[in-house]
Amino acid sequence: MIKKILIIIFTTYALTVNVIASDDGELTLKKNDPETIKDCSENFNRATFKFNQALDGVIFQPIASVYRKLPSPIKTGASNSLSNISHLLTIPNNLIQGDLKQAGVNTGRFLVNTTVGVLGLFDVAQHLGLTGYEKEDYGQSLATLGVGPGCYIVLPILGPSTARDTVGSTLNFFGGDPWYNVTVRNDTQYFNEANYYSSKGVSGVDFRAKNFDSIENLEKNSLDFYASVKSLYLQDRQQKILNTKKIIDTQDDSDWEEISQ
Amino acid sequence: MKIKKIVVVVFLYLSNYNYSYSIEPEIFVQSTVNRASKILSENISKEKKMDELKLIAKETVDIKGIGFYTLGSVRKTLNDDQKREYAILFEEYFLKSFSSRLAEYTNPEIDVQSKEILSENYTIVNSLLKGTAERPEVKIDWRIYTKDSDNPLIRDLIIEGLSLARTQKEEFSSILNSNDNDINALFRILEEFSKN
Repeated sequence: MIKKILIIIFTTYALTVNVIASDDGELTLKKNDPETIKDCSENFNRATFKFNQALDGVIFQPIASVYRKLPSPIKTGASNSLSNISHLLTIPNNLIQGDLKQAGVNTGRFLVNTTVGVLGLFDVAQHLGLTGYEKEDYGQSLATLGVGPGCYIVLPILGPSTARDTVGSTLNFFGGDPWYNVTVRNDTQYFNEANYYSSKGVSGVDFRAKNFDSIENLEKNSLDFYASVKSLYLQDRQQKILNTKKIIDTQDDSDWEEISQ
Repeated sequence: MKIKKIVVVVFLYLSNYNYSYSIEPEIFVQSTVNRASKILSENISKEKKMDELKLIAKETVDIKGIGFYTLGSVRKTLNDDQKREYAILFEEYFLKSFSSRLAEYTNPEIDVQSKEILSENYTIVNSLLKGTAERPEVKIDWRIYTKDSDNPLIRDLIIEGLSLARTQKEEFSSILNSNDNDINALFRILEEFSKN
């Protein structure tokens, strides 16, 4: 019940700020530039960010510091397995985005890795030429459909997001995520809620462990850690929405040229 | 008359002689990386490593350019004294931050893989930081300012598609916004960071 209430609150909040932010008509796909995304509730976001930092210090950071010392095959297996589960969300989003070819490739990857790869522990598919996996989510799909990002939001526990990405994540709980459907939403005899929440927990720890030094380093050397994380998150989302590995125009050359040498 | 001719010939020879040695951006990056890797693998104290890394940064990074780029449009409102003060403070901040970040790595292996010439002034050099048991491999792109081909300079590092210069610019912008665009507040924060 509490979970449902939280979902409704988040959705309402996210949609409300999205509508407010959409009023000026600036929110189009090409307006995902981090510099144009408003931080409508900065004080609230900074408070949530502090809360998340404290939580990280108590839970995620200590667990991740142990996790990263595990033998590589265990970490790789866990990472592969989580990546395999994420295909269930990526494939429908490939289809929504009209990327039929990638949907086919990812379906092939999922089938091969789930069977031959022993429930995704081994990425056998990459050896068959099914490479280049990129996660997709409903936030990215909404952006592709022309929905603007709305305001920047920091969610408790989950961290940085935007109004659009929050709405996208909410769709997972209303039938959009097949993994959630078979573990939590529907009563199946093979999976239960623990499978879903443990996969999300391990996923968070895996991410924290992979970026352990980078996060510590960034925190130590930032003048405003909140602003750095916000910038990095929004740049990352911009790149994922555009589905490119190419360097986005990160600097306005004309801005540089006036700077004397 | 003969002496005059000799002088003219020598003058023409000297004026046409090309003293410059153009450096290819990918060679510049690999050489810079190799120098840094050598320092990081040496058995010396962290402080000593940081000092030596600072020297490399001074030679190879356009610190002044990055500093003013990072300041955004606010730089247009500064007077000459403020510009001078900012340049000094930013350099101290940058060198400390840069060397402190790098000094955490021990013997990093970075391979330059390719390059993309964006314009006469910019080339992106693509490289890969090899993964270890504790962290995955990382794609690092270097934005090299090549206007002076004899003296290329690093203007940005783009790690997995995320620009450090842009991140820093947005960080500074946030600090200025929180302090009514008071440049002195930024000066104080930069000074504190460098002292601590």
